[in-house]
Amino acid sequence: MHLLVCGGTGCRASESDLIVENLKKELEEKGLQNEVQVIMTGCFGFCEKGPIVKVMPDNTFYVQVKPEDAPIIVAEHVIKGRKVTRLLYTDPTKKEHVSDSKHMGFYRKQIRIALRNCGFINPENIDEYIAREGYQALGKALQEMTSAQVVDEIKKSGLRGRGGGGFPTGLKWEIASKNKADQKYVVCNADEGDPGAFMDRSVLEGDPHSVLESMAICGYAIGATKGLIYIRAEYPLAIKRLQIAIAQAREYGLLGNDIFGTGFDFDIELRYGAGAFVCGEETALIHSMEGCRGEPTNKPPFPAESGFLGKPTNVNNVETFASIPVIMLKGAEWFASIGTEKSKGTKVFALAGKINNVGLIEVPMGTTLREVIFEIGGGIKNGKKFKAVQTGGPSGGCLTEKHLDVPIDFDNLIAAGSMMGSGGMIVMDEDDCMVSIAKYFLDFTVEESCGKCSPCRIGNKRLYELLDHITKGNGTMADLDSLKNMCYVIKDTALCGLGQTSPNPILSTMNNFWDEYLAHVVDKKCPAGQCRDLMMYSINAEKCVGCTACARACPVGAISGERKEPHSINPAICIKCGACFEKCKFNAVVIN
Amino acid sequence: MSSIKIELRKEDIDKINEVCASFNNEPLELINVLHKCQEHFGYLPAEVQEVVAEQLNIPVAKVYGVVSFYSFFTMTPHGKHPISICMGTACYVRGAEKVLEEFKKELGIQVGQTTPDGKFSLSSLRCVGACGLAPVVLVGEKTYGRVAPDDVKKILKDYEG
Amino acid sequence: METVKLTIDNKQIEVQKGTTILKAAREMGIDIPTLCHMELHDLKIENKPGGCRICVVEVQGRRNLAPACITKCDEGMVVRTHNPRVLNARRTVMEFILSDHPKDCLTCPKSGRCELQDMAVRLGIRDIPHQDISEMSTYRLDTSPSIIRDLDKCIMCRRCEMMCNEVQTVGALSGINRGFTAAVAPAFEQNLEYSTCTYCGQCVAVCPTGALTEVDHTPEVLRALADPSKTVVVQTAPAVRAALGEEFGMEPGTSVTGKMAAALRALGFDYVFDTDFAADLTIMEEGTELLGRVDKFLKGDKNVKLPILTSCCPGWINFFENNFPELKDVPSTAKSPQQMFGAIAKTYFADKINIKREDMVVVSVMPCLAKKYERQRPEFSVNGNPDVDYSISTRELASFIKQANIDFLNLSDEEFDRPLGESTGAAVIFGNTGGVIEAAVRTAYELYTGKKLDKVDFEQLRGMEGVRKATIDFNGLPLNIGIAHGLSNARKLLNDVKAGKSEFHAIEIMACPGGCIGGGGQPLHHGDSSILMARAKAIYDEDASKTLRKSHENPYIKQLYDEFLGEPNSEKAHHLLHTHYFDKKKKIIVKQ
Ligand SMILES: Cc1cc2nc3c(=O)[nH]c(=O)nc-3n(C[C@H](O)[C@H](O)[C@H](O)COP(=O)(O)O)c2cc1C
Ligand code: SF4
Ligand code: SF4
Ligand code: SF4
Ligand code: SF4
Ligand code: SF4
Ligand code: SF4
Ligand code: SF4
Ligand code: SF4
Ligand code: FES
Ligand code: FES
Ligand code: FES
Repeated sequence: MHLLVCGGTGCRASESDLIVENLKKELEEKGLQNEVQVIMTGCFGFCEKGPIVKVMPDNTFYVQVKPEDAPIIVAEHVIKGRKVTRLLYTDPTKKEHVSDSKHMGFYRKQIRIALRNCGFINPENIDEYIAREGYQALGKALQEMTSAQVVDEIKKSGLRGRGGGGFPTGLKWEIASKNKADQKYVVCNADEGDPGAFMDRSVLEGDPHSVLESMAICGYAIGATKGLIYIRAEYPLAIKRLQIAIAQAREYGLLGNDIFGTGFDFDIELRYGAGAFVCGEETALIHSMEGCRGEPTNKPPFPAESGFLGKPTNVNNVETFASIPVIMLKGAEWFASIGTEKSKGTKVFALAGKINNVGLIEVPMGTTLREVIFEIGGGIKNGKKFKAVQTGGPSGGCLTEKHLDVPIDFDNLIAAGSMMGSGGMIVMDEDDCMVSIAKYFLDFTVEESCGKCSPCRIGNKRLYELLDHITKGNGTMADLDSLKNMCYVIKDTALCGLGQTSPNPILSTMNNFWDEYLAHVVDKKCPAGQCRDLMMYSINAEKCVGCTACARACPVGAISGERKEPHSINPAICIKCGACFEKCKFNAVVIN
Repeated sequence: MSSIKIELRKEDIDKINEVCASFNNEPLELINVLHKCQEHFGYLPAEVQEVVAEQLNIPVAKVYGVVSFYSFFTMTPHGKHPISICMGTACYVRGAEKVLEEFKKELGIQVGQTTPDGKFSLSSLRCVGACGLAPVVLVGEKTYGRVAPDDVKKILKDYEG
Repeated sequence: METVKLTIDNKQIEVQKGTTILKAAREMGIDIPTLCHMELHDLKIENKPGGCRICVVEVQGRRNLAPACITKCDEGMVVRTHNPRVLNARRTVMEFILSDHPKDCLTCPKSGRCELQDMAVRLGIRDIPHQDISEMSTYRLDTSPSIIRDLDKCIMCRRCEMMCNEVQTVGALSGINRGFTAAVAPAFEQNLEYSTCTYCGQCVAVCPTGALTEVDHTPEVLRALADPSKTVVVQTAPAVRAALGEEFGMEPGTSVTGKMAAALRALGFDYVFDTDFAADLTIMEEGTELLGRVDKFLKGDKNVKLPILTSCCPGWINFFENNFPELKDVPSTAKSPQQMFGAIAKTYFADKINIKREDMVVVSVMPCLAKKYERQRPEFSVNGNPDVDYSISTRELASFIKQANIDFLNLSDEEFDRPLGESTGAAVIFGNTGGVIEAAVRTAYELYTGKKLDKVDFEQLRGMEGVRKATIDFNGLPLNIGIAHGLSNARKLLNDVKAGKSEFHAIEIMACPGGCIGGGGQPLHHGDSSILMARAKAIYDEDASKTLRKSHENPYIKQLYDEFLGEPNSEKAHHLLHTHYFDKKKKIIVKQ
């Protein structure tokens, strides 16, 4: 029997390591430590209901387990073979317990390729990876295929880069393989700077070997013997697991010299980021790996021509790499049979925001937003109304009701005014102000701009300021025109992908939520009730009982009234702090 | 001219030299060297950067250019209990901003600052990968999930005394 | 040579493969505006960060606009440099830049020759939108003995950074911070004074805006001139006369020696002298020192320091004191001509006209900003009274002449005063790279061999190559001579010296590319290297037109030795005309 405990960041944050400890202690006390293994895996995906404990082989899926639940799991399930119903997942519509994850709405529509091992294996043990066909793809490539055949296979699979751009991976490999040089590099982009995205992290934490194996395959395909993983320093657990994985792979001869006795050498080193979103951009990433400021440079030359230390360099994203061993083993045709015409395979999303089932999901390309949000995601939290879904992070846009039935793929999302990006998917409800959301993303890009080119360095700041102006109720119709023009010019003139896409959150919200902009500018109102400066606090005299609680709470003395008489707010003094609203037990303070 | 002299304790200089040597004094490894130094000293004061520059044989202006570019590097010491509020999108839409405001109010400091007693410092970061628990607050190594503004006082109490 | 054909603004052109759109367009007379880009073709210096985005053009089939300065021409490309999309983008980007720029033109030292100001005029900017809500980035003003940094006016063109790091390898400046707060500054945003800056002024020479300017000494000079108790003596460096005319609209390369003397006299200087006189003196001292060392070497002295390095450039002196202090007894100990002049003026000449040194004010007019720093070095003063009181640049002199309503263009030529105004052709060529060593060779040859030179022009020492070598036959003694201009080139030769494998007997080093004609105080060339070439030619022409072309033939130099100094390298000469150097490498002190 195996007890799989989620060791993903979300679950660890809820003390899943303590669960492991307690389970082990309990098993030892009962003398079962040899029969039952406790394994800490990577993220199961269903982080909303974490910490997760899964019992194998019967596939029982326990949710929201607490460290103090360890004894009962051992006593009931392990010893007596009885499921602990209290810890089972309850289907929100049918109100029934579901014990096998296969039958949960969250998992039903998912197909797991990149995440195939996450939640199944102990990422710190190479044997478990090997037991699940690990390193067979590398063996196949090295022993049975030529480099050109490997490139061909990837080309045929139709795999496109999962880092955001969607560039065909096989084509990228082909270009790198054709550039002649004494040294080439394979780089794995594990910078994942998207705020609200944790796909790559979960792959690295849950299945590091799939990335190592795949990088070696890439090295063979393009003729490189060195691999570098650029990983953000903010991911200590992923770093630790990668270090362990690299050491184990070297020990097994799966990295290093003469792999599988084929004469092929390949080794991998880690390079650390240091907190700069722009370093996800490949030229910036390369400069950062060279010990410099992470400022992008013009392309061409592309890294495939002149990259790390001026040598041909192939940069791919973590998820892109993680999909490759499966393609090599199951074949390009199989992979190409999944997905849409121009986007093959599956895509991992980090589903978050105002949604019931926050988590990590992997769905076939072509799944609709509605399926993702309402079936997998279980709909909007607290029964609120769906308003928008943000994809593509700071480069992407906000889609709305009318896009819910769009099948998700690279091209459809762009056509809808957003983009795939790396896979962040944030759901918003009626309480979210779309102007503020745009402002939030601009705040991010202002902070993360490298400062090299003027449209991004200064222009984004101006966009932010103008949005701020609008959320304060000072905007004019002319400002909206000007905002749009600045957006287009920044997209048109910025040096790198950051600036070329940073206005997208504004443009997409202007397109899809124009009324909301008008409300801020013309009516001086924030329909979602988020923009503080546009709120008006007043007291409904009919409801007010004159308890004085609000007057005592007001920091600026804006509220007057006699005891037991209706109170009133002087709007000229009120600073809209909301204290009165919070204090009034009679709902007499109203906001409009 | 370079009339400013840098003073450092011998063991600190030795430590930096050792870190640089472990990377073969290779300028390409500057960021790794800085990570190691920050791990050791807790921050990267000018003196440390001077020694690193000297060891790697690169201009100190360049070292500073790198340190000031990356938000992970800091030239001011963190508080004893560094507090980071996740401002990733998931946390933001679930009200992280209000939590941050509350911390600022309670501690009387801005993001990037440390309380005068050196106990707390405040920073914001983007997505710690625990979006299921949004909004998320980190204090040192400890993660607090589903934090509401009202919880702020309670959290700070954990570190009293 | 491979060529490509393309269309720019409906006209066909065929250019060499690899040519940028900017160059191709300029070849056909279309002047695409640029701000950050700068190319000094003859010196092989290029700055192309692609950051300002003013040069954007439309390339058919490309999603966004292309920066003309770094986009290479492709076969069949169709380029539009001025359609509405491009013009709107260019204007909007310019508005961004100006929105983060002080509107200080009236009092800005760069006004009238500012590339940003010109661009605002050229693009017809009449308004900067949203000024009321636009934050400006602000920095601390930094004043050093030579240079003022007012980074509020910086547009991040990175020219200064490129000059300081790549051309000079000084590394005093680097890009710092990121995004809106990004700037170019010394480490820790410290003052330049605490950096390894050499004050070569090359950053100032290329800065397109008022962010980097020289410290202005004209007010002090004016005060001295107005003080009846002071005798004010002026000296002008060789390179000034070849460039001053440009400030009055004359063709680059017009030598204005006579007009300059007349203007200085009109400004009220009591004695109008020439640094060239001191340059002749330098040759006597340095040449003698060279022959002395070579002589000792030939006699088998193993301790003699060879090669000897010239020491007339204070920028270069600062460089080796900071970077090669272990070589501090290698350079000649001869002071720079500016300081030799000051020392002689305040002793020999003050005695001659019978005034106290305190009553004499020595002003120098220099192509150089390092001289401002040099004149205030403590070792160059007697009881707190500096040998040279003020040093103004070519640009400051021009502005001074304009302030005094002097109609420079119509002045009649005048002569310098005697005795410190007489000079030979050898002194004039000090202004060009290779000139000092050529002057030294002319004298040393005759002193060493006792024979008269038939031909005084040593063409093999001239040119613009960064490092040049020549061997001159001294009657059977082959003297190996090295020349470097630009400190990166100097560094190469010095590394050899340090490693003990230098092949040279003597090396001339000038900090500024091109030598003093390209000094940091010269009229701005705005990236047009043909201006530097014209200045160099003017200098050689002036030399050729002189009857006396060897320093030792200067009758007033002979007189100076007869009456005052004795002979070259005499004790008195050592006391007044020689100096010593300091170890200024940053010291890391162990704290107890
Ligand atoms: C501003 C910016 C940030 C990016 N961040 C990332 C990132 O965090 N991770 C990533 O894999 N790719 C990122 N990319 C995309 C990379 O530049 C690059 O296209 C990608 O790593 C290539 O891999 P792929 O073809 O496998 O997608 C970013 C691009 C831009 C412009
Ligand atoms: S677009 Fe932004 S991030 Fe990219 S180079 Fe320009 S300033 Fe830097
Ligand atoms: S919102 Fe704040 S300031 Fe305004 S009345 Fe209520 S308590 Fe007073
Ligand atoms: S707290 Fe509510 S009920 Fe009490 S005085 Fe204020 S508004 Fe009236
Ligand atoms: S730098 Fe140029 S544009 Fe700016 S204030 Fe000075 S003259 Fe005017
Ligand atoms: S150009 Fe305009 S601002 Fe400048 S001085 Fe003339 S009128 Fe005044
Ligand atoms: S004066 Fe010369 S050394 Fe100093 S900062 Fe400018 S370029 Fe660098
Ligand atoms: S200081 Fe001048 S040269 Fe340097 S980046 Fe700024 S504007 Fe350009
Ligand atoms: S080369 Fe001439 S102008 Fe330049 S620093 Fe030296 S002396 Fe001054
Ligand atoms: S972290 Fe445990 S399920 Fe995602
Ligand atoms: S956005 Fe806060 S943890 Fe992901
Ligand atoms: S001149 Fe081309 S980007 Fe600045």
